[in-house]
Amino acid sequence: MDIQFTEEQELLRSSVQRLLRDQYDFEARRKIVASEEGFSRKQWDAFAEFGLLAAPFSEGAGGLGGGPLSTMILMHEFGRHLVVEPFVETVVLAGGLIEHVGTPEQQQSFIPEIIDGSKIWTLAWTEKASRFDLANVTTRARREGSDYVLTGAKTVVIAAPWADYLIVSARTSGDDRERSGVSLFVVDRRATGVDLQSFKTVDGRRAAEVSLRDVRGQLLGVEGEGVAALEACRDRAIGALCAEAVGAIGELNSATLEYSKTRKQFGTTIGSFQVLQHRMVDMFIAHQEALSLMQHLSLSLSLSDSDAGLSRLASGAKSKIGYAGKFVADQAVQLHGGMGMTDELNVGHYFKRISSINIQFGDPAFHVLRYAQLDAAA
Amino acid sequence: MELKLSPEDAAFRDEVRTFIAENYPPEMRVPNPETDLTKEQSLLWHRILHKKGWIAPLWPKEYGGPGWSVTQRFIFEQETSRAGTLPPLAFSVTMVGPVIYTFGNEAQKKKFLPRILSGEDWWCQGYSEPGSGSDLATVRTKAVRDGDHYIVNGHKTWTTLAQHADWIFCLVRTDPSAKPQSGISFLLIDMKSPGVTVRPIITIDGSHEVNDVFLENVRVPVENLVGEENKGWTYAKFLLGNERTSMAGIGRSTRYIGRLRQIVKAEIPTEDPAHLEFLRDIARIELDVLALEATELRVVAQMARGIDPGPAASLFKIRGTEIFQNITELTHRAIGNYGLAIREHPVSANRFMPGPDYGHTASEKYLNARKLSIYGGSNEIQRNIIAKAVLGL
Repeated sequence: MDIQFTEEQELLRSSVQRLLRDQYDFEARRKIVASEEGFSRKQWDAFAEFGLLAAPFSEGAGGLGGGPLSTMILMHEFGRHLVVEPFVETVVLAGGLIEHVGTPEQQQSFIPEIIDGSKIWTLAWTEKASRFDLANVTTRARREGSDYVLTGAKTVVIAAPWADYLIVSARTSGDDRERSGVSLFVVDRRATGVDLQSFKTVDGRRAAEVSLRDVRGQLLGVEGEGVAALEACRDRAIGALCAEAVGAIGELNSATLEYSKTRKQFGTTIGSFQVLQHRMVDMFIAHQEALSLMQHLSLSLSLSDSDAGLSRLASGAKSKIGYAGKFVADQAVQLHGGMGMTDELNVGHYFKRISSINIQFGDPAFHVLRYAQLDAAA
Repeated sequence: MELKLSPEDAAFRDEVRTFIAENYPPEMRVPNPETDLTKEQSLLWHRILHKKGWIAPLWPKEYGGPGWSVTQRFIFEQETSRAGTLPPLAFSVTMVGPVIYTFGNEAQKKKFLPRILSGEDWWCQGYSEPGSGSDLATVRTKAVRDGDHYIVNGHKTWTTLAQHADWIFCLVRTDPSAKPQSGISFLLIDMKSPGVTVRPIITIDGSHEVNDVFLENVRVPVENLVGEENKGWTYAKFLLGNERTSMAGIGRSTRYIGRLRQIVKAEIPTEDPAHLEFLRDIARIELDVLALEATELRVVAQMARGIDPGPAASLFKIRGTEIFQNITELTHRAIGNYGLAIREHPVSANRFMPGPDYGHTASEKYLNARKLSIYGGSNEIQRNIIAKAVLGL
């Protein structure tokens, strides 16, 4: 099994590659991360112009119908260039939820503004005590007329400082950790009662603690069935994050291999030492396995919408690719020696992105356990 | 694990414990002492220890050491690290000091040793160069004799806390025609000399610990040569030996495991399956520490009988650093989603940092600890040392 890209997919890949090669080298990225806002509106507009923000959406929704495979193609390249712009948050998480559970009116009102780059979105699901449990929700929503009113707090919401809209999970019924009773709401980030405390993340992004006090929200999807929607959303996010991780792993391996062929110690290149050769062989194997699982997952995501088997595969891939990424990142830093520890070299930044991916939506240990439990349940 | 102590040693341990409890400066108890203290703040404890006569446990009494036995030195090390005190600057006290009193002349001893003890002089280490990391013998920084001076040119790197330093001890090449190890000399250079430039290197945790040090036509008086010209490699190896034995870090690891245990208790409810996983992972690390500590105690007992552990000391560097890396990684994992946040440097109380206080340094510690398996002779090099010098391979 090896994905043969169609002409359209090949075109998407070469256009995003060209765009990033021309405009998103490591120095350009450094400037973006250090800027006041922390991401580039100009890049975001370029993404829109190149059709990247439209790629995964169905044609009915105004997209290019590329689905999860186009997400994989884009995210793989974003991983190679350490792109910080909120593609996952806006297109994969929010866009995916709106497309899958939103009403036709909501789709018509929100998706075009995502595609043309004018609105940025993110998903606020994590809470202080939730860890990686989508159902552990204490934020409350009560009905008021045709709207709902939300009160609670969300934590470490990536891209919230950049966002125009948040999709917030809140409890409309049930106890704090109950699976049913969680609903999703569209909240205007600038609405009265929304308060953000922003901070920088390890991997050069911006995030915020979000507090909500009597904030008006619009229901997205079926009331009380938000967890199922979030689970499918997480599966798609995992597909995207895995592709990003594989892109980063590939870059780390190339950089390490190159370095080991040029760096000399003890009168020879360090790549001539057997202990390092074997290390790099293991890094190569980790990359190959991760790449294969990435394709397997994205293909499966493109073939079926949501079922237990797919979700289990997503957890399996998140875990396996997570451990592979951690191994490669550790070794890439180690083999680069002191240079790997510097802010100046890109290696440490790949390390930090991979270690952040390994937290987002659950760490590898969480997902291997979920993988095991879903098997037991089957 | 405790040593079986004689009544005298037990009394000494109690004395050390009480002294720390009563005298360790509260202003040094910051979230991350290695990055959050000013130079003056980080010297507070140094000065207190100096006044007490405890600043240099390793040093012979005639040079200002306390005259302790091997066991007492070990007890002191154990108590201070368990209490989480910031150790006095190793480059001064543990590294260059012993080189000066072992290989230096009388004038050098008289000039430098008291200032090291008092904390008046801050030393940094000019060993590594861009082309000389693990392979230190290839240093290229040149020192050319010109009358009563050496003219030094070169580029040192990874120089820890050079931004604070008054002096740098350097490996320099004085005989370019000799075999790599034979043409090196050990030179003491005043950081205020014209031609010395310090450039910060920011590391992946955002902190400024290490630097590039550029030496451009720096004039160094010949009297600052330690020992004999071209014998510097011998002194350098002597110094590195001192560096490695102190790397087991049992006290520090024990302290961080305690903290990790509290974080897991607070963050992960017992009904979460991750809770049990963490307990198991913590237990495994604890056993790693226990085994390393038992090994350390065994070596201390041997040293007390006059047996030198020799190159087996590399074992402490390898395992000590691997263990601490594992602890920081597990701590970073334990704080869950908050692991995505990191403090900005320089640290300021005005900047917002999310999550509970105990998690605020988890990300930076995790990132910073990646250096441990690289510096002081990478763990690959340490394994080579054991393979060659211990196993005879």
